[in-house]
Parts: sequence; C-alpha cells; structure tokens
Amino acid sequence: MRILLVDDSKTMRNIQKAVLAQLGHTEVLEACDGQDALSKAPAFRPDLMLVDWNMPNMDGLTFVKAWRTTNKTTPIIMVTTEAEKSRVIEAIKAGVNNYVVKPFTPDLLSQRIQETLAKCGQSAAA
Amino acid sequence: MDPMFIKPFIASIQNVFSTMMQLQVTVKEPFLKKDDNPNHDVSGIIGMSGDVQGSVVLAFPQKTAENVVALFAGSPMQLGTPDFADAVGELVNMVSGGAKAMFKDKKVAISCPSVIIGGNHHVARQSDLPCVVIPCATDCGDLYIEVMIKPSPVSTTAKTGATAAQPAKA
Repeated sequence: MRILLVDDSKTMRNIQKAVLAQLGHTEVLEACDGQDALSKAPAFRPDLMLVDWNMPNMDGLTFVKAWRTTNKTTPIIMVTTEAEKSRVIEAIKAGVNNYVVKPFTPDLLSQRIQETLAKCGQSAAA
Repeated sequence: MDPMFIKPFIASIQNVFSTMMQLQVTVKEPFLKKDDNPNHDVSGIIGMSGDVQGSVVLAFPQKTAENVVALFAGSPMQLGTPDFADAVGELVNMVSGGAKAMFKDKKVAISCPSVIIGGNHHVARQSDLPCVVIPCATDCGDLYIEVMIKPSPVSTTAKTGATAAQPAKA
C-alpha cells in the first residue's frame, strides 16, 4: 500500500512513519507542503494520504480541495492541531475522510488509519 | 491579562507533553514579565490572529531543550540543526493549537512557527501587550511559556494561515 505523508515538520513525519511501519506500511512518500504533495501525488498514486493543515506555501485544506477536483476516492486523513469543531466540519466538506488532532498517541493514529481504510473499502494490510 | 487566555496554555502543554512524551508538566505560579528576564537559549514562537492577536513563546534553557527534543523525536539531536529547530517548532505548534481550541467562542488562526536558537537571548514583545510567563517543571528540566495576546480591537473572522509570523523555521 502506497501512503503519502504531507507535513512540513520532519519530526512529525518521522513519528507518523514509525506508526505506519508498526502497521506494516513501508511504501511511504513524504511531502513537505501542499504544493509538494500536488507535484508528487499523481505519479505516486497513493492508496492513503495523511495531511497536515497548517503548512507554508500551500496548506492542507487547499491541497485536499485541489486533489478532490480530479480524485474523489483516495482516503485522506487530516492530522492537525486544528481541533475546533468548525474546522473539522470544514475539512470533511473539503473531502477529508477522517480526522486526527495533534497531539496523538500511536494507538489513536493506528486506529484511525485502520478504520479509514475499512470505511473506504481498502485492506489495512501492507 | 484575562485568565481565560492563560488557562488553555497550561492545559495544552500538559496534554501535549503527556500524550507525545509521557512527560508530566508541573506548572508553577505565572508572573508578568518585566524587563527582559527571564532570558532563554531556545525559543519557539508562533503568531495568533483573528479574534485574538499576539504571540506565544515556548522557551527553554539549552539542556532542557536537548532533553525534550530527544524524547519527542525519539533520538538525540544536535542543537542548532534544522531538525532540532523543526522539533521545537512542532512542539510550540501543538501547544498553541491545543490552547486556541479552548478559547470559547473565538475564531483564532495560528501561524507557522519560527525558532530562535542562541544563548541567553530574549524575545522582544509589543510595548502595548503584557507578557505572562508560565514557568513549568518537568523531569527534563524547567521551561517557560510566554503568552502575549489580547482580544482584537474589532472581532474578526480568523483566516486559515495566519500571517503574524513568517512561516520560516530557523
């Protein structure tokens, strides 16, 4: 399974990569902002994307809206510090399938990944 | 400063440090910052805009910063490297994001963090803003949250992607 990890923090990408590795997912491509993700995603054809919200150059919400104009099905989990209910609703309306608020435990992130893949009809197996 | 602007930061730093690092934070008595004291060695700064405006600093002595970053990132990092600054920036991002979610009925946006690394520096503040320092004790050493925010003169709707600070990381 190919997973695109979009976060401007390398530390946060490493933390999420460690959780993905525990779940058996090692085919992970990293992007440092929305623009970077938009340039990498078409060729990589991810089966799942984990996307931060607040990033320089292009934020995660703008990226999700842009991606959804051409791809309606890729499961997307927003992983962000934006915890307000209004923000969650905004993200869901933009096309996000699930939502994780930072800080998170490895168990919570694992659980959200597995439930998102199940909901979107994909196997959680690597 | 209204306590409603302070309590969320206390709750947020305790939540962030316990969730991400299993590190307990004991909060000491907050005080108003006078002159330039206390000075710091590492500071993560984030801007807030929307219904409140100002900035928040998560500040450390060098040893505390090294200990906290090693715990957060999972391995020691050399002070002054981009990865070290990235880790500090992400911590202040999470603390500020968690706090702003607790501001009742206020729409607030936060900027991307900036990080200052340099022995015994101080972060200048706006002259019209009081700065409340929240001292914190942890097993990794002492650290500080400096909160310099006030309600906006005219309530505004927060926009995604605040511009109160440059989105560059030191």
